[in-house]
Amino acid sequence: MKVIVAVKRVVDFNVKVRPKTDGSDVELANAKMSMNPFDEIAVEEAVRLKEAGKVTEIVAVSMGVKACEETLRTALAMGADRAVHVETDAVLEPLAVAKLLKAVAEKEQPQLLILGKQAIDDDANQVGQMTAALLGWAQGTFASKVGLSSENVQVMREVDGGLETVTLNLPAVVTTDLRLNEPRFVKLPNIMAAKKKPLDKLTTADLGVDVTPRLTLVNVAEPAKRQAGVKVANVAELVAKLKSEAKVL
Amino acid sequence: MTILVIAEHDNKELKSGTLHTVTAAQKIGGDIHVLVAGNNCGAVAEAAAKLAGVSVVKVAEGAALEHGLAENIAPLVVKLAAGYSHVLAPATTYGKNLLPRVAALLDVMQISEISAVEAADTFVRPIYAGNVLATVKSNDPIKVITVRTTAFDAVGPGGSADIEKVDGGADAGLSRFDGAELTVSDRPELASARIVVSGGRALGSAEQFQAVIEPLADKLGAAVGASRAAVDAGYAPNDYQVGQTGKVVAPQLYVAVGISGAIQHLAGMKDSKVIVAINKDEEAPIFQVADYGLVGDLFSVVPELIQALGD
Repeated sequence: MKVIVAVKRVVDFNVKVRPKTDGSDVELANAKMSMNPFDEIAVEEAVRLKEAGKVTEIVAVSMGVKACEETLRTALAMGADRAVHVETDAVLEPLAVAKLLKAVAEKEQPQLLILGKQAIDDDANQVGQMTAALLGWAQGTFASKVGLSSENVQVMREVDGGLETVTLNLPAVVTTDLRLNEPRFVKLPNIMAAKKKPLDKLTTADLGVDVTPRLTLVNVAEPAKRQAGVKVANVAELVAKLKSEAKVL
Repeated sequence: MTILVIAEHDNKELKSGTLHTVTAAQKIGGDIHVLVAGNNCGAVAEAAAKLAGVSVVKVAEGAALEHGLAENIAPLVVKLAAGYSHVLAPATTYGKNLLPRVAALLDVMQISEISAVEAADTFVRPIYAGNVLATVKSNDPIKVITVRTTAFDAVGPGGSADIEKVDGGADAGLSRFDGAELTVSDRPELASARIVVSGGRALGSAEQFQAVIEPLADKLGAAVGASRAAVDAGYAPNDYQVGQTGKVVAPQLYVAVGISGAIQHLAGMKDSKVIVAINKDEEAPIFQVADYGLVGDLFSVVPELIQALGD
């Protein structure tokens, strides 16, 4: 069975992002970039399915600027077999990414597409569901457990009230939540080996997708800062302040 | 302008997220309709019809709609959407699962988790774990939007909307609901509780989490939350997680116990009215957002606090 994993290059989760002084966008010059953590979980899950003998080929896909090659090399070092890079300098909204992923999926004909439930930059949480919609496939979002057979995939989902289990016909889209697995650390020999794995290039024109944005970014701003309050000496003072000052008890 | 709000419910009760979403719809302005898609969900439709500002409730019933499967509900919403300027749903796991599927089928770009309405086509939404607020304008003919429920008040009663039946459509035959393990609790719902007590990694084990956090929550009539570190370590179930990728809460009082205050946790609770932090590390970042900080060992401070609240 063939699996596609989609990976996004994002600002590293340790970087504190600020708006540019003119408020036109966020300041990303020289910021450290990494693979979106949820997508790392997606790659790890695909690799584990391959190690369990349920998957024969893993294709990692990324959309965006040239440097996305690095993100794809990381996926290859983790265990993906080959990579597809849809290279573009255009700003890609989730709907455009979903259309590109659909086009790649139609070429590659996988049985499963795994990707993170959201990217930690735009926090949109859309691409998996949108791609499933455009392909007419089932979706298992926010997965904390994935059970794959030759006919279907059972997904345990993290929902607001607890956990929910669904069974999806294949092909299907699965989006990963935090508890699905813990991604492996990539070893140096694997990084070296990844450099020799195939990485194919495509353009948005090759795939016939119009990626024109639908949203206009009006501005970005920092949210109102919360001021640090006071330190209290003991429990009695805390309770007194909560009762008389904050009036929340 | 007519706005369609997708109700979240369990076929018996309307979930509170719907009430906050109706308020967001009121801010946009226009006629407000609510879609209740489920099975044997008449009571939910009646509850929705009583919400202030709602003029029509559309009810679609059928076995395929019973468990909220996006594969079956999205085509129904798409069929109805032609008559609306906006389609809104709460940014809960229900709305986040469903609405992007609707948006893609309508060929529009969803605006996720709005925290403010600037104009009928312009909205504010947090990005980068809430470190930045982006104002975006949609150029799509139908605005498809999920709503951050803590950013809008719950709408009150006072409506008497007409209830109309609509065809629920067929089962898409793509997916099947197998079951759910929902946390059973007498405590208030985390996302809408007036007081939240959250525990972090410093609790050290699931047993200690229960022994320390839960009695304090019970004493305060509070919901229980947890940091991602505590959930990852298995001290608390996943649906307790407060943060960027878990639940966003904004209670009147948030008590953070043994939580250091990672950015992604702060993203989920920094809009709380009053924040109390109890931590033995006086340099912990949680103190930078706390109104009241108490430096001390949680294992002695929390029992003391429970006692002090006792009288």
